[in-house]
Amino acid sequence: MAAKKLGLKQRYALMTRGLDWETTYQPMDEVFPFDKFEGIKITDWSKWEDPFRLTMDNYWKFQAEKERKLYAVLDSFAQNNGQMGVSDAKYVNAIKLFLTGVSPLEYQAHRGFAHAGRHLRGVGPRVAAQMQSLDELRHVQTQVHTISQYNKYFDGFAEFRHMHDRVWYLSVPKSFFDDARSAGPFEYMVAIGFAFEYVLTNLLFVPFMSGAAYNGDMATVTFGFSAQSDESRHMTLGIEVIKFLLEQHPDNLPIVQKWVDKWFWRGHRVLGLVAMMMDYMLPKKVMSWKEAWEIYFTEAGGALFQDLERYGLRVPKYADVATAEAEHMSHQNWSIFYQYTHAAGFHTWLPSDEEMDWLSEKYPNTFDKYYRPRYEMWREMEKDGKRFYNNALPQLCTTCQIPMGYTEPGDPTTIAFRSSEYKGDRYHFCSDGCKDIFDNEPEKFSQSWLPVHQIFQGNCGGATVPDVLAWYNMNVGADNMDQAGSPDQKIWDAWKTKQEKVAG
Amino acid sequence: MGVVSLKPDYEQHIEIRDRLENFHGNQIVYLHWEEHLSFCAAICFPLPPDMPFGAMVENVLKPHYAAHPDFEKVDWAAVKWTVDNTEITPDMETSLADNGVGHKSLIRFWTPGLHGYKSVGTC
Repeated sequence: MAAKKLGLKQRYALMTRGLDWETTYQPMDEVFPFDKFEGIKITDWSKWEDPFRLTMDNYWKFQAEKERKLYAVLDSFAQNNGQMGVSDAKYVNAIKLFLTGVSPLEYQAHRGFAHAGRHLRGVGPRVAAQMQSLDELRHVQTQVHTISQYNKYFDGFAEFRHMHDRVWYLSVPKSFFDDARSAGPFEYMVAIGFAFEYVLTNLLFVPFMSGAAYNGDMATVTFGFSAQSDESRHMTLGIEVIKFLLEQHPDNLPIVQKWVDKWFWRGHRVLGLVAMMMDYMLPKKVMSWKEAWEIYFTEAGGALFQDLERYGLRVPKYADVATAEAEHMSHQNWSIFYQYTHAAGFHTWLPSDEEMDWLSEKYPNTFDKYYRPRYEMWREMEKDGKRFYNNALPQLCTTCQIPMGYTEPGDPTTIAFRSSEYKGDRYHFCSDGCKDIFDNEPEKFSQSWLPVHQIFQGNCGGATVPDVLAWYNMNVGADNMDQAGSPDQKIWDAWKTKQEKVAG
Repeated sequence: MGVVSLKPDYEQHIEIRDRLENFHGNQIVYLHWEEHLSFCAAICFPLPPDMPFGAMVENVLKPHYAAHPDFEKVDWAAVKWTVDNTEITPDMETSLADNGVGHKSLIRFWTPGLHGYKSVGTC
């Protein structure tokens, strides 16, 4: 008699459970040395639930199918010169930021989940972490392939991997992940799985993918669709981690709360790059950062934390400050890049009249009062042939590593300065959130590799700006500076002239 | 308080990267012109601790803020200074160290009557 086909649940149980055993040659604590020191108490690993019930054989089949479709679209995008169909040459800068700032984080996430998968002794989370690890590796690969078409024609892409490790502002996302990966496996799972993938991911993924859709970038949109089913699995893993930890032991709550507070604020700071991309870099805007924050954090996050209240978990500390900052963050960040355009790996520009009107409409409380005058002043200076550059290096926050350009809550005319002392040295922070994180772990953050200080220590190729840019592998005059007059703009204008001739 | 680490002696193995001795005889000093936020953040310099305060103003501070349209209107005698949040009246002849400026000190200055472009305080 032929064997009966197994049901999904049975099949999942057979292929993912009972794979582990109690070791006898070595004590379990020696084999899994990382999953106790953080103070998290697990009484029963078998309580881990995986709502997706994905098994490895199905994983391969499913992913292969998706990628066949993605690569078919990428081929047709290349053959049809899809790069000529985007809304405007400026759009390309948004994907430069994505490739240099975000794609390498996918790789870091791959490493991080591989590590968590190895070091958590329960088989359920190990299987889930292993699959997410593979997802993240596929994501970095497919993103690089997707965006490679742009690298054939535009500057700023070629050295993305090298730049991620060296360029001053890319130390912001890089150090964020270095922090998570050098924490214990449970903190990593809460940091990346919950705080980033669950609470904040919609503020990263949706803006870039909708931005691509609105701006005619079919390649990146298709990547987004292809990754969507993975992302929903990642979100499920993130929420499962929280529920599992909080259900296992009441002593876990204060530890988890501290991590949620820390990683919410860390994530909020990194997302400032996305805020600026949405409000300033997309030629066709999707929505404002403030609107995205309202939908994806205030509303969706509010409902989530209401749901988690039954475990005693509260809304992350300083969520109210982050919400208030949504009125300012994109403007303050774009100002940073405008004045340091000579050291940026993408192009900058001043917003047009039409864009400023859009910003006024989206930011009625702040834009006209605090930021429009700044752009008008810079525009006048440009007209007079005195385009504004900041020729000094900025003070950086020791925790988030962003130039200390954020203002006091409630006072947009005064920079927020915070500081702490540790072992006789002073450390500076952009906010109470970043100061708290340092004060909780000064041993860790006093080791921060701050790009500005490293330059002055002589560790970044030399003492002058050209030396440092050479060390970044930055192609000066092509990768950096304003959009107007860039080789990117020239090739775009040439394409458009040609198209008009053909059409005319 | 303190980092939770795998090994109890974590603190013995850390490398504090911004120690004074790593800056080749200089100390890090941050300068910030209040209400002129077209300079997005305080600016950072490695300076010898024995540099006179006045030399710092003339040779470091002024050239880097000169691009601002308000710069020419500054009445330098009226400028208000703080070092690490303490108000000071700097002695221009004596050193940064003598004026209380240490490694990673923050010098903020206000220029009375000047609040940036259109007096908005953010430009």
